[in-house]
Amino acid sequence: MTTAEHALVVRDLRKRYSQVEALKGISMTLPRGEIWGLLGPNGSGKSTFLKCVAGLVKPDGGEIQILGETPSRRTKAQIAFVPEVESLYRWMTVGQVLDFTAAFFDDWQPETALELLEFMHLDGKSRVSSLSKGMRTRLRLILALARRAPLVLLDEPFSGIDPSSRDRIVEGIIREFKGEEQTVLISTHAVGDTEQLFDSVVFLAEGRVALQGSAEELRRSRGRSINDLFKEVFP
Amino acid sequence: MDIDFSTSIPIYLQIISEFKRQIAIGQLKPGDRLPSQRDLAAELKVNANTVQRAYREMELLGLVETLRGQGTFVCRGEGVVEETRRELLDSLVAEFVAAMRSLGLGGQEALELVRKGFAETAAGKGVES
Repeated sequence: MTTAEHALVVRDLRKRYSQVEALKGISMTLPRGEIWGLLGPNGSGKSTFLKCVAGLVKPDGGEIQILGETPSRRTKAQIAFVPEVESLYRWMTVGQVLDFTAAFFDDWQPETALELLEFMHLDGKSRVSSLSKGMRTRLRLILALARRAPLVLLDEPFSGIDPSSRDRIVEGIIREFKGEEQTVLISTHAVGDTEQLFDSVVFLAEGRVALQGSAEELRRSRGRSINDLFKEVFP
Repeated sequence: MDIDFSTSIPIYLQIISEFKRQIAIGQLKPGDRLPSQRDLAAELKVNANTVQRAYREMELLGLVETLRGQGTFVCRGEGVVEETRRELLDSLVAEFVAAMRSLGLGGQEALELVRKGFAETAAGKGVES
């Protein structure tokens, strides 16, 4: 286990796709042991940012440090990334998906996976092709939470799913969050009933940080919920 | 524990208020154990760090004490219940007075309403919780 003080330090991160400047200099510092919300409307750069951190997209400029190290094969193994785009094989059963994933990761915890399966009301014998979107999202979340990854990145885990799936996911994250050993960064464009999850929030607007701070501090100083602040920043 | 959160107020303060209320009405007694931080976080569906902050603040306030490996308990110290009760009453009164003032009522009129309210509840017409 690393002793780095910060799980993630990003300085002036920039990324341009041919026509679009997706990230225009993003900086943030995530201490270990916290859950952060990356909030912004669609197209604000959230996914690009997460992909850069996960090592799937190469930034054009800026600096990323994961647990005190520059990104490498080693830091990649310490990240559990759940992308917005689904990557499950539809012909597999839920149980097969778990076994398949377990084979890739040294930090996989089979018992946690089984507990989560029950908690998320999923049946190991069901085929992926028979699951609803909410169920598939719950399954993909299990794949991330059943690992002891120091850095967990979840891209839009609440989008397009039913409220009960969303509640299960919020509660699952709270239950499985491993405190000091773990840091979670969750992107969402709909804050809604999920704001009590976050220690701190970063608002992204058109590739820039529009607002950043401790959730409780923002509530206190602005006298408003994060959801209301979000509606103000992104009317 | 059941809290109907307002997310426009820091959540840890609302957790503290709820514990104070329980102590003031005797639902939690000196020496009683509080739920573990992890359990409470899962129950309230809030970030565990938020619960941790609430517990730490309550320790600083002298409301609770944490014994290593055993959990967090309501302080047995003298006057914890009395003080918490006093504080709750003071804040309720302040709130009530402010509301009466905003409606243009003076002390005498407000007092009259309070007397009437109590009398009605005693006669069984009102709602007593």
